[in-house]
Order: sequence, then structure tokens, then C-alpha cells
Amino acid sequence: MMDKLRVLLVDDEEELVFTLAERLKIRGVDAQAVTSGKAALEAIEQRSFDVILLDVKMPGLGGLDVMKRIKARDRKVQVILITGHGSAEDGAQGMQSGAFDYVMKPININDLLTKLQAAGQATREGR
Amino acid sequence: MILGDFKLPGFLGAKSEESGDGTEASLPYRRLWKTSVILTALVSLVPLIFMTVINIFQYQRALTAEMEHPTTLLLSNNKRSLEFFIAERLSALRLVVRTHTADQLCDQQNLERVFRNVNDSFSGFVDLGLITADGTQCSYVGPYRLQGKNYHDADWFHEVTARGEYVSDVFMGYRDVPHFAIAVRHEDAAGRLIVLRATVGADLLAQYAISLDLKPTSDAFIVNSRGILQTPSRSHGEFLKKATVPVPPYRSESQVTEQVDTDGRRYMLGYAYIDRSPFVLMVVKRPEDILGKWLTLRGDLLGFLAVSAVLILIVILWSSTAMVNQLKEADKKRAQILHNIEYTSKMASIGRLAAGVAHEINNPLAIINEKAGLLTDLVEMSGEFPRRGEVLEIVRSIEKSVERCSTITHRLLGFAKRMDLRTESIRLEELLKEVLGFLGKEANYRNITVEFHVQEGVPAIESDRGQLQQVFLNIINNAFAAVQDGGRVDLFVERAGDHEVAVKIQDNGHGISKENLKHIFEPFFTTKKEYGTGLGLSITYGIVEKLGGRIEVESEVGRGTTFTVRLPVPATKF
Repeated sequence: MMDKLRVLLVDDEEELVFTLAERLKIRGVDAQAVTSGKAALEAIEQRSFDVILLDVKMPGLGGLDVMKRIKARDRKVQVILITGHGSAEDGAQGMQSGAFDYVMKPININDLLTKLQAAGQATREGR
Repeated sequence: MILGDFKLPGFLGAKSEESGDGTEASLPYRRLWKTSVILTALVSLVPLIFMTVINIFQYQRALTAEMEHPTTLLLSNNKRSLEFFIAERLSALRLVVRTHTADQLCDQQNLERVFRNVNDSFSGFVDLGLITADGTQCSYVGPYRLQGKNYHDADWFHEVTARGEYVSDVFMGYRDVPHFAIAVRHEDAAGRLIVLRATVGADLLAQYAISLDLKPTSDAFIVNSRGILQTPSRSHGEFLKKATVPVPPYRSESQVTEQVDTDGRRYMLGYAYIDRSPFVLMVVKRPEDILGKWLTLRGDLLGFLAVSAVLILIVILWSSTAMVNQLKEADKKRAQILHNIEYTSKMASIGRLAAGVAHEINNPLAIINEKAGLLTDLVEMSGEFPRRGEVLEIVRSIEKSVERCSTITHRLLGFAKRMDLRTESIRLEELLKEVLGFLGKEANYRNITVEFHVQEGVPAIESDRGQLQQVFLNIINNAFAAVQDGGRVDLFVERAGDHEVAVKIQDNGHGISKENLKHIFEPFFTTKKEYGTGLGLSITYGIVEKLGGRIEVESEVGRGTTFTVRLPVPATKF
């Protein structure tokens, strides 16, 4: 049996990120939530994740910068970006920068779960 | 031909509230046109008129002088001849009295002999008589019985005795033939005073007037100092009656003056006082004679002035109209560009504001969504409890509302962030559906039928999504405004030629009049009165042009309107 999917959720919206983490946990995902890029970088120093769910717009260290640093440390880990914008352009731009996929706020939990599983599988296959 | 194609420019047209011409916007151009026409006409025509008037006066003066000179010369010659004629006859009489004694001349036979000799040498004498100091005519040769007649109380007798010689006015004698008298006084060696008197036929005088060789409309005659005609006149009075022209004051030389008759007509009057006589030789020339050539020349000059003025005015009108039209077009283009810039800037500000607001709303919306989702999860995990179904229903309702809000914020964000030109591949059918998403509610409320007619194989175009959204939003919005509730709007997407696709937006609304159709893309032109800014279609036009496309409109009042937007397609797409 496959291990639980390990997902790090990064978003400056505390209420959002912790609620989302809880919902993922209900669905059997090993989800950890942090509220800044800096905290995300610290979290990946402490343990390994299969997928990083990363908000593009955050104060301080932005999502794309955080992704670059994560990729620099572990190029196998897949990143899914969260974008609040109305078009797929930011997500597509993020994918060109190395993201696996993107989701738009408000997030549809089933879509997210599908994308997380695909990304997690990609990460594990890469390792 | 320039004049054939000439049309009254729009800014000079009749007033119309909707046409845009004749309105306040056209007033500065009309004023500019008027000023330009007036100033140019003044600068061109005033010197021309001034020069023509000067020329007219100069020519008139030159021609008048040219006419005066020969008249003066002719008068002088005739004056000299007439003076010589009179002096010659006075001298003949004087010679007779100096070479004969009073007794000799009182002798009838002697006087007859003298008369014959004198008449042989100097023609024109009709009779001859010798009058003694007491006024008695002691001898007489002539056709009358005047011997013994006493002239002591006659005026002429006193005058001749006082002045030494005398020339009378012309008078009709007993024979009813006009003639005049001449007389000389003499004192012989014994101191006896005698007067020799003769009469001369007046027809000789008339010959001096006739010899002035005049045109039929002119006249020449002799008057005495009181203006009584001494010879017949063609048109200035009866013989021996007062002439109808005034007698000018005495001048020793011949004169030519300009006079005005009782009818206000000008004429030339030449005159010469004949010395040692009461006679004044006169010539009258009418303007037709004087100014015959001049009138022709003046007609030519005035004709030239009129033709030149008309040509100058045509050129001025044409050039001023063309200049003001160009200026107006340039101003219109500048206004369009300024409006585009202003509108784009305004839209960019609104876009940034909308993006900010949407982004800020989107995050709490996402939280509500997740909280509702978590609530659903928890309820589903909790098993049965009272009113569980109701709770799940409420949570799903919250999730649906979140989804609706989410759709709105996504559209706002998508619409707002594309203010700059960004080219991307666009399928027009999809783009039109996005635009209709904004107007879907209105279509539902007003029961407007919107139908798509998409031709197969229409390629995607490379263009700016945001700008095109703006274009179609404006046009479809206008179509919705034009139709009644329950109306119909058809959207056609089809190929148009080799390198274009066409989007037609056809409504069955009230239509647009032909007059309004001409101005529909002009800035600030609106038929929506206070509800419209008049910028929507002008911006739309500007955007379509900027995107390399064209926009056309056809309309029929009462039947509807069709806007066609043609957009370029890269050659590789076909």
C-alpha cells in the first residue's frame, strides 16, 4: 500500500491554509500548512514532501521565488501553484517556471486532490 | 471637375441636433472659414478694385484731355478767322472814310462807286450808308429806301460815336434775312464827324460754326454776350432766341470746360470770345462723343474686374473650405486619439481598482469556500443527527453562492488586467461567449434571444483579448439597448476573404437613420441623449483600427442594425 501523500500547503491566508489542510487530512493526505515562504523553506529543511501547494502572491517571499528555492534544494519535488487571478496566465507562467500544475481560488477540493495525486506520483517516480 | 464636385462642407450645413453639423462644435470652424474668406477676399480684392478705380480715373482724364485739345485748337483757329473777317471789314470801312471827304461820300453816285469797289474786294456787304454828325443818313446804297433816315437817337449811333467802331448783334432786317451791322466813325480835316455804316449777311458767320466739323450729336453756334443765338443751332435753341447753354465769363483765349445739363448729364462746352464784336463762338460735345472710346474701355476694365473678382472668390472659397476641412479632420483625429488615451487610462485605473477589489474579495471567498467544504466534510463524517439534511443543504447553498461570486471575481480580474495590448491566440466564438457572460442576466430578464451562427473552420486570430472584449461588449450592449424586450440578437462568426474573419452582430431593434449613421463613430455623438457619453462606438472604432481591423455598420429604421467587425488573420492560419 502506498504511503500517505505528503503535502506542504503555503499561503499567507491562515484561515484558508489550515482549513484546506484539515480537509485534505480528512481525505487521507498528510498535509502540513504554513503561512509564509520563509516558514515553507524551514519546513522542507525538516522533512520531505511529495508535493508543495504554493500561493503565488504572498507578502515577503513570493510564491515563484519560494518555488525556485525549493527546486534548487530538491528538484524532484513537484509544486502546484495557487493563483487568485482570473486567467490561467499566471498558472501557465508558473508552469513554465517549473510548476507541475496550478489551481485557482476558491479551490475545488476534488480537482485539487486529483492534481495532488498526479503531482505526488510524479515526484515519487522521479526519486 | 473641382466645382462640379463641390459640396457645402459639413461645418456650414444646416442646423441639426443629431447630425453634429451646425451644432456648437461646428461654430469655431464656421467662424474660421468666414474670417479666412473675408480676410483673403479683402487682401486680394481691395487692391484689385483700388487699381481698377485708379485706372478708370486715369484713363478718363487722359481721354478727356485728348478730346479737349483738338477742340481748343479748332476753336482758336476759327476765333482767329472770324476776328480777321470782322477786322477786315472794319478796316475796309475805315479806309473808305479816310480816303474820301464827307462831301464825296454824301454824293450818291460816289457812294455807289465806293460800294461796288468795296464789295469787289471784300464780299458780304449788303448795303452801305454815310451818316452825318446830326444822325442823318445823307447817302445810302442798298436794297432799302433809307436815305435821309435819322439815327440820332439809335443806341448803335451813340456807341459808334463814342467808341469809334461798332459791330451789332445779328438781326432780321426788312427783307427778313439775318445780318449784322458794322460802322466806323471818322472826323475829316475840317473836324466834321461822319459815320460809315454797312450791313453784312449773317450766313457768313454761320459758316464759321459749321466749319468746326462736328459729329451729329455735337453742336456749334455763335451767341452774343447775352446768350442769344446768332446762328442756327442743332439742339440748343432757336435762332435769335436764348440758347439753352450758359455763356461762360469772358476769357481772351479759347476755353473748354465740363458742364452738367438740367438732366444731370455731363457735356463738354468749348467757347471763344470774338474780339471787337459781341459774338461768342461755342461748341457743345455730348458725353457719347467725348467718352465713346472711354465707355468701351471702362466696360472692358469693369468686365475684367468682375471676372477676376469671381475667379478670386471661387479660389478663396475653395481653398478656405479645403483648409478648414483639413483642420477639422485633423482636430477630429486628435480628439479621437485624446479620447482613446483618456479612455484607456481611465479603464486602466478602473481595471487596477477592480483587480485590487477582486483579489481582496477572492481570498475571503476562498476561506468561506474551504470552511463550507470542511463543514460538509464534518457533517458527512458525523453520521446521522437531527436536521442533518437541512444543514447539508445550507452548506451546499453557501458553496453555490461562493461559486457565483468566484465567477464574477474571475471575470473582473480577467477583464481588468488586459488593458495593454497583448497578443494571443483567440477563438472568437469563445470570446463572444465570455462577453455575453456579462450581459447574460439582462438577456434573461428582458427575454432577449441571443443566437450564435459559427461557420465551420473559422481560424483563431492573433489579437488582444481584453481589447476585443471591450469592442464586442460595446456593440452587443448597444444591440441590447436597441431591441425591445423579447427581441433578438444574432451573432455570426465567419470567414471574410482570404485574410479576415468577420463577426456580425445583428439586431432587430429600432435601427439608425441614414443621417445618424454618417456620424455614428464620431466622438460625443449619441442618440441616447443624457444616457450616453457618445464615446462607446468611437472607442470601439479606435480599438478595431488599432487591432488592424475594420468596422462597418448597416441599418434600416424599423428593421434593425448589423455591425460587422473584420479582423485580420495571420496567413498561416488559413
